[in-house]
Amino acid sequence: MSEPIAMADQDSIIDVNDVSMIFNIASEQFNSLKEYFIALMRHELRFKEFRALDHIDFHVRRGEAFGLVGTNGSGKSTMLKVIAGVLKASEGCCQVRGTIAPLIELGAGFDMELTAKENIYLNGSLLGYRKDFIDAHFQEIVDFAELQDFMDMPLKNYSSGMVARIAFAIATITEPDILIVDETLSVGDFLFQQKCERRIKELVDSNNVTVLLVSHSIDLVERMCDRVCWIEKGKQRMLGPTAEVCAAYKRLGA
Amino acid sequence: MDAVSREAQISAKDAWYSGRSKDWFILEQLVTKDFKLKYRRSVLGVAWSVLNPLFMMLVLAAVFSSFMRYQDPSMGNYAVYLILGNTAFQLMSDSTTQGMSSIIAAAPLLKKVKINRYIFPVQKVLFAGVNYAFSIVAIALVMLVERVPLGPTALLWPFALLMLILFSIGLALLLSALSVFFRDVMHLWSVVITAWTYLTPLFYPVSVLPEWLRGLEMFNPMYVYVTYIREVVLYQQVPSLKMHIACVACALVSLLVGYLSFHRHEHKFILYI
Repeated sequence: MSEPIAMADQDSIIDVNDVSMIFNIASEQFNSLKEYFIALMRHELRFKEFRALDHIDFHVRRGEAFGLVGTNGSGKSTMLKVIAGVLKASEGCCQVRGTIAPLIELGAGFDMELTAKENIYLNGSLLGYRKDFIDAHFQEIVDFAELQDFMDMPLKNYSSGMVARIAFAIATITEPDILIVDETLSVGDFLFQQKCERRIKELVDSNNVTVLLVSHSIDLVERMCDRVCWIEKGKQRMLGPTAEVCAAYKRLGA
Repeated sequence: MDAVSREAQISAKDAWYSGRSKDWFILEQLVTKDFKLKYRRSVLGVAWSVLNPLFMMLVLAAVFSSFMRYQDPSMGNYAVYLILGNTAFQLMSDSTTQGMSSIIAAAPLLKKVKINRYIFPVQKVLFAGVNYAFSIVAIALVMLVERVPLGPTALLWPFALLMLILFSIGLALLLSALSVFFRDVMHLWSVVITAWTYLTPLFYPVSVLPEWLRGLEMFNPMYVYVTYIREVVLYQQVPSLKMHIACVACALVSLLVGYLSFHRHEHKFILYI
């Protein structure tokens, strides 16, 4: 137990302290007032507990590339939501020091009817960027996404890969303290994925940016990450250097 | 050259807003988005914001003016009476109907990025406010055509609008929070809005109402706002102190109830959207 505490003192940027996430799954879903009150009157509001995360505990250091792996429905996304601050842990606590830049996917911070240019400003504002900053770095974003000729086209004419390019370009134009990279990236073509990997490497090497990578592509995790946490059915199965954890994780399929 | 020096000034490290200015920039972006989307691909574009209240007023005037006019001569110019009431009511009904579903609509975003959630209902109210600004052009046109003069009392108009907007923000916050947990609020609210339209003296004078109902109108916030606006714009009177207090009180009570209920439950939104 002494090791994590020592790490928490040392420049750690994400502290996940014994986090559990419990969802109350109503035995019935109440979507109408009438149903709800009838159940309330009859004292029939019963809930079933579901532990999406069960005592997860890890610490990520500044400038580290940290991977989260696990099979579908094992709680990776829930973990990300807790780290991003949109979901509050039911037990334990999660502390994050610094700015977070997630890759915003299609349908979230983008509007299909707006042009790519308008979307860059919209998206930037949602990430908390300053307007003058976006003005100054607009060309850089466009260049990185390689979509110069399509800037005034509504996003609905874009392919999902093109949108992912913009999302990545916006999120990495700054030096966020934490960059969250998830499956959004996987829709890009291989050339762009390589470019993204190089950019992520650059950010990691600068030692200022912490990258949190969630992917089903175990190769990508192996190439990028320093350490990996394997979450399985909400439980922390393994935490350690990439090679060890990935090897163990891969044995799952063997 | 200029761009380069600016780029040097704003390094990648301090790209972020701190505190409230972030929310303002998001609101600005979202309201601009709403505005652009509303008129994209329409030939007349923004002109519709002016034409809409005008057409509405013309239809109502054509139907009701002949028999309303004899009911109560103190109504003054009927066309102006109509458009002032309708546009103010529209501001509230647009704000609340749009604001109500705003949290649910923003679900994909709220699941991913930490954003102050109140932004979305407020966005819809501000957008309705922008639309009201355009209908002021329509009101001005009607007043010009009907030769209704505008007095210095109209300076109190913005005050009434501000209170009406605060009142709408409170309602939108409350409704958006409620609708997250109970979707049938959305269906219920359209009934409430319809009933409210008829219970507010928009196209009739308050004097046609039976005695008991007239007494109740003082408790109808929309009656308060509509009457206030008509007094300062159409009748060129300074409303009574009681009216001022009512305007402020309705706004504050709504804002307080809206804020408290929203704030108390907002951390649970994510589990239901």
